[in-house]
Amino acid sequence: MRPDARWVILASTGLAIVVAVSAILAIGGFDTSRALAALWNGAFGSSYAVLSATLVRATPLLFVGLAVGVAFRSGVLNIGAEGQLLAGAAAAVAVGLAVGGWPRLVALPLTIGAGACAGAAWAGVAAWLKIRLGVLEVISTLMLNFVASYMVSWAVRGPMQEPTRVYPQTVELAAAVRLPALLEGHRVHAGFVLAVVLAVAAWWFFAHTAAGFRASAVGASVPAARSAGGIDPARTTAMVFLVSGALAGLGGASEVTGVTFALYEGISPGYGYSAIAVALLARLHPLAIIVSALLFGALEAGTAAMQRDANVPSVLAVVVEAMIVLGVLVFNRAHARGRTR
Amino acid sequence: MNGTVADFLHASVRTATPLALAAYGELVVERAGIINLGVEGAIIAGAFGALVGASAGGVGAGFAVAVLAGCATAAIIAVVVLWLRADAVIAGTAVTMLALGLTGTLYRAIFGAQGASLSVPTISPMTVPGLSRIPLAGRALFEQPVMTYALYALAALLWWWMSHTHAGLALRATGERPAAAMAAGISPVRVRAWALLFGGAMGGLAGGVLVLAQVGTFSEGMSAGRGFIAIAVVVLGRWSAVGVAGAAMLFGTASQLQYVFQSMGWPVPHQLFLALPYVLTLLVLAGTQRRVAAPASLGVPLTDDAR
Repeated sequence: MRPDARWVILASTGLAIVVAVSAILAIGGFDTSRALAALWNGAFGSSYAVLSATLVRATPLLFVGLAVGVAFRSGVLNIGAEGQLLAGAAAAVAVGLAVGGWPRLVALPLTIGAGACAGAAWAGVAAWLKIRLGVLEVISTLMLNFVASYMVSWAVRGPMQEPTRVYPQTVELAAAVRLPALLEGHRVHAGFVLAVVLAVAAWWFFAHTAAGFRASAVGASVPAARSAGGIDPARTTAMVFLVSGALAGLGGASEVTGVTFALYEGISPGYGYSAIAVALLARLHPLAIIVSALLFGALEAGTAAMQRDANVPSVLAVVVEAMIVLGVLVFNRAHARGRTR
Repeated sequence: MNGTVADFLHASVRTATPLALAAYGELVVERAGIINLGVEGAIIAGAFGALVGASAGGVGAGFAVAVLAGCATAAIIAVVVLWLRADAVIAGTAVTMLALGLTGTLYRAIFGAQGASLSVPTISPMTVPGLSRIPLAGRALFEQPVMTYALYALAALLWWWMSHTHAGLALRATGERPAAAMAAGISPVRVRAWALLFGGAMGGLAGGVLVLAQVGTFSEGMSAGRGFIAIAVVVLGRWSAVGVAGAAMLFGTASQLQYVFQSMGWPVPHQLFLALPYVLTLLVLAGTQRRVAAPASLGVPLTDDAR
């Protein structure tokens, strides 16, 4: 395939998205210019839009995007970031409520750490099933997503419900276990910085460590990694599952300690699935995932504003995400063919 | 008491019907070697197609558009996975997202103002004389919409087709050893493409049944995870036509049990029943030997020697 074919695919994906969005706006009889203005203003239009909407929405996407990116690069098809995020959120709230009275320096790391551990444990179930019993992780992680979602639904109506038993949510976390805001008067919180640091760490891991090399090698070819690299694929796969789950769990912990301060149903509007779009658009490169998460954060902030101001359904964001994934799939394939032929 | 049990069984079969339809589609796709995560997308596309078709031309048109819409979602997956050789899991997830997003947006865009009051004609249950009088299970099995009866026929037909025909053998060979199938003169690409389209059609039909035989209207995201339950049903049914029927019925019963417990006042959280199918599937996966029942090449993309 000629190298310029890639640009044709990129351009046609972009064009397809523009056509689809315009068609939907036209069919619904929405005010197109008003909708597009709301989209832009909601994502980038003001310092409030950037610091209290786009960056806030980009934060969980960055965590789960990294989770998916690390897994996919290592050949682990973890589509369970959603469940791992929910497990992390639930565990962080459970621990956060217990240690809310403790000094911040102890309580906050414990709370965040609980989220990471729960995410890793949730992914660990799928890792165990895969390594011990050969169960495809696609099926197990998918099933675990639903189990996690019903467990949260049960927890916030049962054992973890606030004491008046009116609302299906927990009580709010104490100040000691809340992530600090980065800027006075804005919603962006320290979770964003943590996510960026982890992205850099993930890049370092793949580029400069032996374990990262082993993970990439197993992702490229299990037999080759085993025979030529002397790598134990099961061990590497287990580690990747746990790291991926921990990253997604951290995403959940960061949401509850930085944004919602409580656990409730629907705490994730499908972050775990959007994560696939985030990671693929970045072509699984950890540093590019930062940019990709910001872009999707802007998209979600913008479409939310579009719904508020121009009455355009915000689920439009999902359409755009799905089209980007399909476009990237086609693009990657063309790219790979261009290299091998 | 007899009446209550009969009602419970009737509701269970009713709940199981769309699950089984979608699961039979997924069974064929998985026997061809592909895990299709686009079933959920096919169901919601089918449900929306049923609404559009039925508002324009009645129930028959509704079912036709539902099946076509389901096929359309599968066609995207077939092109991206088989022709452009992309990853099937990611493509299926993307198509499910696309269908959920697109139907949600279009529903609000087209029907926004009428919204909740919108209703379409539905088909009423067809009572099979004699058989429906069988105590307890009679009504459950033989006082259902015609699609449920089609399902019985399909289950038998599919079992026979997969085990006794050349095409069925080609399907299974493609799921087990695509390269060997290729050597035997079968085109694995073509088999997988037809399997995907069949799966899409069945998913669309399941969506059509939801709208045209059960709910009578469309609502955003009304597929409500049924496509993923269908995948679980196939696993729990251990990739056999008979097993899938049993597993779908089990899932239908489990989701009806929550109402029984509620009406009895037993304090068991209803989420337990909703999560049960998924937990059961995981337990079955954990309890079986290394993928014995699964097609050997399930989830394995076609290599160059099988094209």
